[in-house]
Amino acid sequence: MSSISDFIGVSARKNVEEAIAKAHENESFHALLSLTETRALERADAVDRGEITGLLAGVPFIAKDNFLTLGGTTTAASKILENFEAPLQATAIEKLEAEGAICIGKANLDAFAHGGSTENSAFGPTKNAVDQERVAGGSSGGSAVVVALQIVPFALGTDTGGSIRQPASFNGVVGVKPTYGTVSRYGVVAMASSTDTIGVLASHTKDAALVMSIMSGKDAKDMTTLPDFFAPITLDGKKKIGIIKEAMTDDVDADVRRVTNEYIEKLRSAGHEVEEVSLSLLKYALAIYYIVVPAEISSNLGRYDGIRYGRRADATRLSDLYGSSRDQGFMTENKRRIMIGSYVLSSGFFDAYYLQAQKVRTLLIDEFNELFSSFDVLIAPVAPTPAFKLGENTSDPIKMYLADVMTVPASLAGLPAISVPAGKSEQGLPIGVQLIGKRRDDALLLALAESIEGNA
Amino acid sequence: MTQISHDDVHHLAQLSSLQLTDDEVGALQIDLENIVGYIQQLDELDTTGVEPTYQVTDLENVWRDDAVDNYGIDKATLLALAPATEAVQIKVPKVL
Repeated sequence: MSSISDFIGVSARKNVEEAIAKAHENESFHALLSLTETRALERADAVDRGEITGLLAGVPFIAKDNFLTLGGTTTAASKILENFEAPLQATAIEKLEAEGAICIGKANLDAFAHGGSTENSAFGPTKNAVDQERVAGGSSGGSAVVVALQIVPFALGTDTGGSIRQPASFNGVVGVKPTYGTVSRYGVVAMASSTDTIGVLASHTKDAALVMSIMSGKDAKDMTTLPDFFAPITLDGKKKIGIIKEAMTDDVDADVRRVTNEYIEKLRSAGHEVEEVSLSLLKYALAIYYIVVPAEISSNLGRYDGIRYGRRADATRLSDLYGSSRDQGFMTENKRRIMIGSYVLSSGFFDAYYLQAQKVRTLLIDEFNELFSSFDVLIAPVAPTPAFKLGENTSDPIKMYLADVMTVPASLAGLPAISVPAGKSEQGLPIGVQLIGKRRDDALLLALAESIEGNA
Repeated sequence: MTQISHDDVHHLAQLSSLQLTDDEVGALQIDLENIVGYIQQLDELDTTGVEPTYQVTDLENVWRDDAVDNYGIDKATLLALAPATEAVQIKVPKVL
């Protein structure tokens, strides 16, 4: 697999040209929505002339198409933003560019990051890097596939309920969802503000740690950012690890359980203590998520009205303009979530749904805190199955939502969680495991994974 | 289990500023009923005396100076994003 170090100290122009050539060779996966070749080559030449320097000088990367970038469109894989050219860049992109990294293009996603398969993209699904008949996972499906295909050594994603971790697992790459507040969301299309995070997908944990250390830190443009705490570490001593038993029931695919157990054995062989623990509220996490998140979505997507930017439908009256611009501009899943959000927030239902969900969220967080009083790290599968077939879950929203059941708990609690490649199914499909840590223990998770990656 | 009628779907669409086609109303009525049925399982839990969680940052009262900041973008750049403009204003169809 490609490493960041392979791209440093060599011709930046060659790095960019080769990455773009690989992107073209792999067009059949539909992982990319656009290439920003002109701007990328200009920046590469500036690196080669020594005008741009830094830790990632000349290293090409790809951003999910919900990060605002210059030099091309930012669509969020939606019709309403199909031709939108951002007037500014996301803080995360600016920080990477300040270290000399070069964004070469934008990756496909479920429109507005609503989905777990990238099948909700307005521009067609991304195919799995290992099996083109299967989904890439989502919503950061394009970002996972471009890394798995070695087009770039890392790609940016967003994770609101599993959107980095699940596609990372489905395509066999490392995926990092940091502690809530680690990376500024300024300039990233908002989905659910109380759980939206920005993270990275990479081939190697040490590369993921480097990119996270560059992106992290306080930003006056995002009031939820934490003072910078992220610094890569090497593992210090043996850890106490809890395997979440509710995530290892018979409902979970046998290959997923086998691969998770094999990873646990590696942790034990390395001297760590692994014990079974209970997260009894796991089964309610998805219901909390599908109340809180649609509520926030219905609010955040109110801004897309066809007035100030984005596609405007033809209409002679203002009220029709709003309604038809939004109806034409959103995908069915966007509409489902907006309407569920309107439902749970509407008068008469607010206490029964939204308030109850936020109270159960407190109970879930309490349960995590209790576990972390005696364990350093928790482990669970990333998803109940390996990558499913294209079209397999599209007719049943609940079935699609169930793919998020193991990733949403860490999101609701704001905890760091990473997905690391752990093995393959009988059919050869990649399977990852999920490591969940205490708030601000992001670097520990990566160091633990790296120590096992080294032994693999 | 809560029933969601076609009228409910129309009402929610109105609250959400969505002008749905008839086909969409039929499909969404089934989906919304199933989703509401699923999320109702939280009724099983007793949350008496539990405080709701609205954010998970540990941060409180993040202040900034009350100063104008254009974030490096000028008016002309923003106006250029609008689908229709006239003079230095965004143009919209009749309100009434």
